[in-house]
Amino acid sequence: MSHDHDHDNELDPFAARVRALETILTQKGLIDPAAIDVIVDTYETKIGPRNGARVVAKAWSDPAYADWLKRDATAAIESLSYSGRQGEHMQAVFNTEDTHNLVVCTLCSCYPWSVLGLPPVWYKAPPYRSRAVIDPRGVLEEFGLTLPADKKIRVWDSTAELRYLVVPMRPEGTEGWSEERLAELVSRDAMIGTGLARQPA
Amino acid sequence: MNGPQDLGGQMGFGPVAPEKDEPYFHAAWERRALGVTLTAGAMGAWNIDESRHARESLHPADYYASSYYQIWIKALEILLKRHGFVTQRDLAAGEAIDPAAAPKRVLKAENVPGVLAKGGPCDRPVATAARFKAGDPVRTKNFNPTGHTRLPRYARGKRGVIEAVRDGFVFPDSNAHGHGENPQWVYTVVFEGSEIWGEGADPALSVSIDAWESYLEPA
Repeated sequence: MSHDHDHDNELDPFAARVRALETILTQKGLIDPAAIDVIVDTYETKIGPRNGARVVAKAWSDPAYADWLKRDATAAIESLSYSGRQGEHMQAVFNTEDTHNLVVCTLCSCYPWSVLGLPPVWYKAPPYRSRAVIDPRGVLEEFGLTLPADKKIRVWDSTAELRYLVVPMRPEGTEGWSEERLAELVSRDAMIGTGLARQPA
Repeated sequence: MNGPQDLGGQMGFGPVAPEKDEPYFHAAWERRALGVTLTAGAMGAWNIDESRHARESLHPADYYASSYYQIWIKALEILLKRHGFVTQRDLAAGEAIDPAAAPKRVLKAENVPGVLAKGGPCDRPVATAARFKAGDPVRTKNFNPTGHTRLPRYARGKRGVIEAVRDGFVFPDSNAHGHGENPQWVYTVVFEGSEIWGEGADPALSVSIDAWESYLEPA
């Protein structure tokens, strides 16, 4: 880790700026650099879209859980121990034959960290944030997803503290699959709405 | 504020360009930027609304030229200076020169898992009953406040329908400016695409926002 720092410090002025800030705050006793290590490790290795995929797979497998997730996503997700920062107030939205759901934060980068981990760069960048609400079909095409023209699209702009998880439709041909196997079909993008669940191979 | 952050419906930014198998971090400094931002926030000197407002208050040219972690760090420097933790002399020197204000708390490594697991819930009791119920037609207000707001421009002065009454939540428009949490009911309000975008709108599109009660009037 320290080697990476030195390396970046020489090459990138912004790396030097971040390092200076960390140095100043550490010298003043305002932050604990070891706490940063734990935060980074948490979001690199512990909290990610596998959490959300487990939630979706359980909802596909267990109608009672799906109903709970629909009514009180915060509690239903907490029961799987995936609650926490940027997942304090969850709402699950279910794709249907009629309607495809898509989640965006036009005003900043609100994203359900506790189930999907840190957001990808494109989710936080102006092209997606500007166009998801006005041209969602065009955006989805850029993800390789073409929806029928009559398929309704519902865009959820995360303007408050509710965080949205899209529950994609369960692919056909997966009857009797275990939750673990089903979870492998659930990509991060499917839970944002920029993709669908993978088809079984 | 009608700042650079208010992106819904803006044009000219090009394609989305998703990255295949995107890593969580694209440079080592981004890891530290995430951690510095979260640990500094954990001092408790400012709230999430103030930090969002600091980010959207960057000059638009600066905001659009910056990656999101760069936006975080630039705004963090402003917050740290505003609250007396860091001075311009410190930043220029790259080391601590001036004394700092006393933080409410310092996040230690051993407490990180508990703090992340707990998060920062923003729901609060509201003394009054909810003014609207599911199914009510509403119109969003048309306003252009110079301070923080979470009602995007594209959704101002528009007719929609209350889809769900959510909960009482801290009101960002006051909380961002140190004027208190003043919780209000929050509603999911859904608009037809044509109501927002008019001529040429996708006829199969609907868009929802989560709106605080004072953003809404009966329609």
